[in-house]
Amino acid sequence: MLANDLIFIFSTTLMYATPLIFVALGGVVCEKSGVINIGLEGLMTFGAFMASLIAIKTQNPFLGLLGGGLFAMALSFFHGLFSLKFKANQVVSGMAINFLGGGLSIFLCRLFFEGTSMTPPLDLELKIPTFLGQYLTVYLAIFSTIFLTLFFYKTHWGLRLISGGENPKALESSGVNQLKYKFFGVLMSGFLSGLGGASLSIAIVSNFRPTLISGQGFIALSAVIFGKWTPHGAFIACLFFGLTQSLVVYLGGMENPILSSQILSMIPYIFTLFVLIFFMGKTSAPSALSEIE
Amino acid sequence: MKSLSIFISLFLGFVVGAVVLYASNINFLEAYKVMFMGAFSKPQYLSYIILRATPLILTGLSVLFAFRTGLFNIGAEGQFVIGAITSVIIGYKLTLPFYLHIPTVIIFSMLAAGIWGGIAGFIKAKYGVHEVISTIMLNWIALYFSNYLVMSDFLHRPDTETTEFIQPSASLSLFENFKNSESGMLFLEQHDFIRDFLRPPVNAGIFFALISAFVVYFILNKTTFGFKLKATGFNFFAAMHAGINTNLKMFQSLFISGSLSGLGGALHVMGVSKNVAVLAQFEGYGFDGIAVSLIGSNSPLGAVLSGFFLSGLKYSGQKIQSVLEAPSEVISIMIGAIILFIGIQKLLDEKLEKFFSSKKMDQ
Repeated sequence: MLANDLIFIFSTTLMYATPLIFVALGGVVCEKSGVINIGLEGLMTFGAFMASLIAIKTQNPFLGLLGGGLFAMALSFFHGLFSLKFKANQVVSGMAINFLGGGLSIFLCRLFFEGTSMTPPLDLELKIPTFLGQYLTVYLAIFSTIFLTLFFYKTHWGLRLISGGENPKALESSGVNQLKYKFFGVLMSGFLSGLGGASLSIAIVSNFRPTLISGQGFIALSAVIFGKWTPHGAFIACLFFGLTQSLVVYLGGMENPILSSQILSMIPYIFTLFVLIFFMGKTSAPSALSEIE
Repeated sequence: MKSLSIFISLFLGFVVGAVVLYASNINFLEAYKVMFMGAFSKPQYLSYIILRATPLILTGLSVLFAFRTGLFNIGAEGQFVIGAITSVIIGYKLTLPFYLHIPTVIIFSMLAAGIWGGIAGFIKAKYGVHEVISTIMLNWIALYFSNYLVMSDFLHRPDTETTEFIQPSASLSLFENFKNSESGMLFLEQHDFIRDFLRPPVNAGIFFALISAFVVYFILNKTTFGFKLKATGFNFFAAMHAGINTNLKMFQSLFISGSLSGLGGALHVMGVSKNVAVLAQFEGYGFDGIAVSLIGSNSPLGAVLSGFFLSGLKYSGQKIQSVLEAPSEVISIMIGAIILFIGIQKLLDEKLEKFFSSKKMDQ
């Protein structure tokens, strides 16, 4: 009995955490390179929609996953273009991405699916397959975290990208075009956020709808800060969010719930606030965040 | 020159909208005509646009106030919710004459939402928790807390997912009795324009919004208090060494910011909805407030104008869905594009200046 409960909590935790992990990793790459990205929500939404659309049209979930990532990356290009090339305030252009991502998704949905704002559900066998009871995207999320950690601390590219966020002038003076690395960071954040959206719309659930993302991109953004701008930190923060959510589901599903479901739903966020207050200490953002030169 | 580049940004937003519609095989001229007619062809439409501008202006002012003092308030959404639910509690539970009831509701709603925003300021000042993350958390807490209160015996209206209605003495509706009285109906029958204008739930909310804009302008630009708030935002350490209590200022800034959003929520309840329903997700008032603030270039007058603009855009945009079956989400795309172009105003200004100065040289 207890073992079953633990397995339930464990797998629900992973289920809730996976989309967040992708998006938060995207946020980490982008902010490490020195670019603020509050457009994660919009990128995630657009990725979720495009993945669903492509999976339906090609009948192939893997193409859907890849397409979701690539199209969200294309959207993030505008964040890079406007904030890096045209020197727009990064918060402003990120906010624009949120409006564009949400708007484009539902706009295109209505065009492709006769005016409805939801995509038709995918057949079960056309969703991302599972392995050992978990969707493959779960493993991909874990793999991405490891990959990104290695990338940051073991490769030239990664180290340069980080220096772009810490001291862009020093990087420039060593003859490196730091904008290139920043652009790379922005595009990666688009790709990863797209994967995050896709891991919702074609794995955890089987279609896209306007309420699908509703705020998860912002939760991922707080996971970036919570995780102190490191891949493993963001990963753990997302698992933490996932765990609190799964406890809500678990406690809410008991025969005699101790608390009303509304109060239960509040707990993850209150808990997060307390953890931040008592265990975080001062934050350690990249020192040259949002500075271009 | 600055206002010119804003108009150029707005224009470019419409261009992007046209391109998107054109690419989707929708006649964009037709769509814009439907929107224009849907905004201006009847007094009733204008009335709706004014009504819907009220919450947008207030959340816009809220975000703006925080921005100007160096803080990013993503929490306008939650503060709006807190203001709305507080106004229901005071508006429904208390029985007072209207001249006491209305101010009481407003004061308590602003106080509650101010504290809600102030929490984020307090924990930033005291524990260094970034306001972006704390206000995001507070939004969710506000949403579920409001839902909890709506469903509690304290406020719940049986067999619904909403609260009881506020007392008439807490309502801000205008001409309600007049519209239903015999002489009023007779009068309205003879005056088409006024009848049509009064058809929507007209209320006094917009006046509060305009007064708030003036107060925000006054605090930020004409008082030492406002100067200290801005100084804290611009250069935290310089302000601290100049003897400003920076921690207190951060709290005060988000308190005022929150109370503005809360006022928006309260006015919405007192003027339009009269109660609060269970929310499945955020309604987007806080999100739109960020857009209002950005499009209004972070000035109170700008927020008022862009509040009206956005309200008009959203209201008239719905109509292309029903008339042309064109997705009304093109509005969000246009808003996004406008914000992008507003973001590069400096660049636009430079280009414009070059353009005009080269013209002068030609002459």
